[in-house]
Amino acid sequence: MALSRLSLRSTTFLKPSSLRRHVTTDTTPITIETAAPFTSHQCDPPSRSVETSSAEILSFFRDMARMRRMEIAADSLYKSKLIRGFCHLYDGQEALAVGMEAGITKKDAIITSYRDHCTFLGRGGELVDAFSELMGRMRGCSNGKGGSMHFYKKDACFYGGHGIVGAQIPLGCGLAFAQKYSKEENVSFVLYGDGAANQGQLFEALNIAALWDLPAILVCENNHYGMGTATWRSAKSPAYFKRGDYVPGLKVDGMDVLAVKQACKFAKEHALKNGPIILEMDTYRYHGHSMSDPGSTYRTRDEVSGVRQVRDPIERVRKLLLSHDIATEKELKDMEKEVRKEVDDAVAQAKESPVPEASELFTNMYVKDCGVESFGADRKELKVTLA
Amino acid sequence: MWGILRRSAVDGGGFSASSLRRTRSALVSARSYASGSKEMTVRDALNSAIDEEMSADPKVFVMGEEVGQYQGAYKITKGLLEKYGPERVYDTPITEAGFTGIGVGAAYAGLKPVVEFMTFNFSMQAIDHIINSAAKSNYMSAGQINVPIVFRGPNGAAAGVGAQHSQCYAAWYASVPGLKVLAPYSAEDARGLLKAAIRDPDPVVFLENELLYGESFPISEEALDSSFCLPIGKAKIEREGKDVTITTFSKMVGFALKAAEKLAEEGISAEVINLRSIRPLDRATINASVRKTSRLVTVEEGFPQHGVCAEICASVVEESFSYLDAPVERIAGADVPMPYAANLERLALPQVEDIVRAAKRACYRSK
Repeated sequence: MALSRLSLRSTTFLKPSSLRRHVTTDTTPITIETAAPFTSHQCDPPSRSVETSSAEILSFFRDMARMRRMEIAADSLYKSKLIRGFCHLYDGQEALAVGMEAGITKKDAIITSYRDHCTFLGRGGELVDAFSELMGRMRGCSNGKGGSMHFYKKDACFYGGHGIVGAQIPLGCGLAFAQKYSKEENVSFVLYGDGAANQGQLFEALNIAALWDLPAILVCENNHYGMGTATWRSAKSPAYFKRGDYVPGLKVDGMDVLAVKQACKFAKEHALKNGPIILEMDTYRYHGHSMSDPGSTYRTRDEVSGVRQVRDPIERVRKLLLSHDIATEKELKDMEKEVRKEVDDAVAQAKESPVPEASELFTNMYVKDCGVESFGADRKELKVTLA
Repeated sequence: MWGILRRSAVDGGGFSASSLRRTRSALVSARSYASGSKEMTVRDALNSAIDEEMSADPKVFVMGEEVGQYQGAYKITKGLLEKYGPERVYDTPITEAGFTGIGVGAAYAGLKPVVEFMTFNFSMQAIDHIINSAAKSNYMSAGQINVPIVFRGPNGAAAGVGAQHSQCYAAWYASVPGLKVLAPYSAEDARGLLKAAIRDPDPVVFLENELLYGESFPISEEALDSSFCLPIGKAKIEREGKDVTITTFSKMVGFALKAAEKLAEEGISAEVINLRSIRPLDRATINASVRKTSRLVTVEEGFPQHGVCAEICASVVEESFSYLDAPVERIAGADVPMPYAANLERLALPQVEDIVRAAKRACYRSK
């Protein structure tokens, strides 16, 4: 596996920035083995050798670093009460969002739960739109009307952002239905957690997906805790990739971005030919279930720090980049500094953006309003005819 | 291509083309449907509506239990599988939560599902998808994700089907912003409202009535046209009157019309309003009528507490208080789960004599 030497060139690899960077843009294919093999159910697993490139691995590092920084910034904003309500953070699980994007296209659909900030970013969402939405500003991706759990990006086939555990699963199978109905050669990735894996509607939807050969890929983001309940306390069989019974499944190291890429690529090919497949991504979240959960009543601090030391997805990619001479330590540190600045700038910009106008209370109820009336708390004071 | 020209005649400038308006006022003043015209059952009206909309728009598809091979549990979808094939008409397993969610997801992606609940009692298994996945999406996504879906099926009491199969869901669904809730009475209502619902870009709950399926109504040439649509949010004055307003929907419209005949024999002229649309509620028509008659009897089949009648009463008290000459009267289903025994079931549902009695009370004429 000879790799091309690091070549120093200036590049527009990043978004246009005023700082010149000398990082590789080498897209020569290279092959890297995943750290662990795939375990499969009712199918042959994909190869452990993943096709990638130096530029791609570097992009993984940057994208994951950006996601990590975003979630940490959200933590601070929540503690300063600029973000209200629920805030479910994804730090630790970045390899999933980033690896998935590398294996699919923006015409493939993704739908997920309330832990959606990084998925939104992966689909091409902007940091400032994410922070604005979290802080309830008009600039937010849902004009401030959705909040943390309701990010969407329809032009990139990202269908949210759902607050009801498990509801996104039949919805995602419906997206796959539409793709098949419209004869598109695209698939739908339906993300859910180990907590949602026990939902009846999952089995209802999976039955229909298998019966009708829908191109649905069910992705169980197994971070081992459904809120505060560990998998061994909630599932009689925590082999989530096998629970589809007649539906094939694959167990994947969800902290290995290359493994995630390979699995998603494999699943897409499978689903287009053979219908649904389940991917179980073994992953971990550093934060608690949400910002209201310290995450320490049901797991030890040692467990969390242990995962961080041994399995952190960003550190793994850093080691890969260093050991393959794709980047130097300094370059990676500089990249992290840039990302930090990007995030800080986006937060500052979001803080400046205005809250929605009061009239926004009544917008987007319907596409076709047909003269519907709507009322405020005091209907004699506030009554609106939706035009 | 398919029906675009006809479609624009309906969509341009609102649903009412001027010819429709003329015909409707003719209908209203004649206090009957066009004479010498055809008759159509509600069942055939619904079937033809779905058929025409499927023909006009390839994105429209039908999904539900027994809608295909069985020809529909109540035969509403009869013949559609044969005509359009299994890629447009889907028989589902008995898994409401699953298939309703799939329907909503398909609507997210731009298709136009017509999801049948064998009865709306079973919609409770899927109610999270109707409310949280469908009704609220356009709002939560600030307009990115609209949901052009229709949830249809029989609602309310049938005959002797017991407590778990007899509930009316009009009040529950109509309380949710983001949904549209329609309830046809006649064959014309069934055709016009279902076609409007299927074309509508928002989620529509379409509440039919099993006992009306077999009833025949006169139907005009206009209503038989494939471009025929009724506006959503507009009630219909089925019978004009000047002494008391009776509002209701679905099967109770027939009862209210019979009550109006009985009242006419006693010199009370009742105006009967067929709501057609529970959300949006046509408060303007209701209040205009009450301002004319000064008295209101509001009728529904469902449970009385927090019902559609309560909303109408509140609306009239808020907007037309000084016009009322008598307290608002409510006639609703009894405040009990539906019993099976025929005599008890009869007591649990509004009857014509209940509506007559309430109207007389409103007119200060007891007995």
